[in-house]
Amino acid sequence: MGLNIIVLAKQVPDTRNVGKDAMKADGTVNRAALPAIFNPEDLNALEQALRLKEKYPGTKVTLLTMGPGRAAEIIREGLFRGADGGILLTDRAFAGSDTLATSYALSCAIRKIKTYDLILAGRQAIDGDTAQVGPQVAEKLGLPQVTYVEEILSAEKGKLRLKRRLERGVETVETPMPVLLTINGSAAPCRPRNARLVMKYKHARTVTERQNLSEDYIDLANDRPYLNIPEWSVNDIECDANSLGLSGSPTKVKKIENVVFQAKEARHIQANEQEIEELVKELIANHTIG
Amino acid sequence: MNNIFVICETEEGKIADVSLELLTKGRSLANQLNCRLEAVVLGHQLEGVEEQLFPYGADVVHIGDDPRLEPYTTLPYTSVIVELFKKEKPQIALLGATTMGRDLGPRVSSALHSGLTADCTALEIGDHEDKKAGKEYKNLLYQIRPAFGGNIVATIINPDCRPQMATVREGVMKKEIYSPSHKGEIKKIEVDKYLKPEDAVVKVVERHMEKNRINIKNSSIIVSGGYGMGSKENFSLLYELAEVLGGEVGASRAAVDAGFAEHDRQIGQTGVTVRPKLYIACGISGQIQHTAGMEESAMVIAINNDPTAPINKIADYVITGDVMEVIPRLIKAYKKNTK
Repeated sequence: MGLNIIVLAKQVPDTRNVGKDAMKADGTVNRAALPAIFNPEDLNALEQALRLKEKYPGTKVTLLTMGPGRAAEIIREGLFRGADGGILLTDRAFAGSDTLATSYALSCAIRKIKTYDLILAGRQAIDGDTAQVGPQVAEKLGLPQVTYVEEILSAEKGKLRLKRRLERGVETVETPMPVLLTINGSAAPCRPRNARLVMKYKHARTVTERQNLSEDYIDLANDRPYLNIPEWSVNDIECDANSLGLSGSPTKVKKIENVVFQAKEARHIQANEQEIEELVKELIANHTIG
Repeated sequence: MNNIFVICETEEGKIADVSLELLTKGRSLANQLNCRLEAVVLGHQLEGVEEQLFPYGADVVHIGDDPRLEPYTTLPYTSVIVELFKKEKPQIALLGATTMGRDLGPRVSSALHSGLTADCTALEIGDHEDKKAGKEYKNLLYQIRPAFGGNIVATIINPDCRPQMATVREGVMKKEIYSPSHKGEIKKIEVDKYLKPEDAVVKVVERHMEKNRINIKNSSIIVSGGYGMGSKENFSLLYELAEVLGGEVGASRAAVDAGFAEHDRQIGQTGVTVRPKLYIACGISGQIQHTAGMEESAMVIAINNDPTAPINKIADYVITGDVMEVIPRLIKAYKKNTK
């Protein structure tokens, strides 16, 4: 029994390594200093998919990511680790999407992929930490969902048995397929790149990326169709343009405040009531406490 | 219509703290907006549960009591809440940022096409002017949350879609009895009308819940004590400060070795590594073995009677003085300014 698995993945800035040196002198985030990485929990999701592929021959693992052109990097990363293919969903019309507009676009792309038994995603992405896109996609597709999955225990006769890791405990649940699962960071880490697959896929490119390559590479891609990373725009998926991007996002960002880090020099507070109260007021005002 | 709804969680018949904290916040927002505060409880064998909710200011308690709603599973809860919201049209809906709230919230927001903001650290009422569209909005919910790994604080609004939904973590808001004698109305939810047979496809086979564990790793505020605290008794002051701030208590290795705190609380190379939003180091000198486990904290306040303590080098704020005097002053100032 081969399964068709879609893994939702996102390229994110590595917010875990925002040390004080990743901040500019004015206290704002120095985005350029942050490397773009494969969202960590999406790698946990990929690993679960690859384990099913080993267990059930004929299983096909497809990555789906939405983002700018450079997000093709994480599709290659997925191919290097054992995914069978990947699709980049990219269009200016997606810019400014909140979680709901993102889940709408992804669900339209998944409808176009059409054949799937299982959709896996990381629990949440480290740039927003919302954990919303997975469940919102499931709702849009009318699928059941199981979040916080730590392990896929079995996949027999169209049914999955799963272990969930909750705040204060562990749950075993059973669900029919198709279903959407979000995978926890506590699940098995993703296997490393496979040298053979790196050789095979290192020239995998999207149409846009290929424009900058020499003729030789274009010929190579024509001979080896697996080196083509499909790139879908709004026109490739059936969707309502008003439900995308800013106009499709119910939430709006009203204001962004940078959490200003005091550069090196500590501020000295006298231990008297008055100065301590001033400090507390300041911490409440900048939402550190309160 | 247009009221504030809080979706409550129960643990063995008891309303979870996070839900009571949200009711307390919801009550003050409802007073500000001059609307009613309504609580929703789903589960089984919930007789009398409203008595736990009225004192926190609930004007209405919606109860959905059905064996199919215990334990929590996504689809039955989604069906009931979505239909209830379609009927009641809340302007604001709040959920705990728990495994349940973060599973249910996005599902409901996706079905209703309403905006949801996760893990808010503050909720306020305010106006908004959309200059481009030439529209003015009164009394929106400002959903304030850290983003980008805690490096920015964003204020999110949902101008046009209702309900305005938000989740909040346990311990972020304060829990406070509104009035012990406050009473409200009970409304039974007609669960049968809302549940569909296909909602039952996901089955919980087994469940092991643990009692509250010490979880300093996920705490956004940590009050940590070192050997300079002097004794286990003095540590109780740290628990008091952590409680009012909604944080957890951590300890240095020296304090744990001296028996001032349990090993589960140890932060540093041989303990856990933490990255809270605020780290208050009390009576901690700041040896590398300790700072290695907390130097990525977004903000550090060091309280120490030694002005040359190494911890001061990585601190954002240094208070030189006796911890036993400074901490009560912090508690007092906090209580005074958050009432």
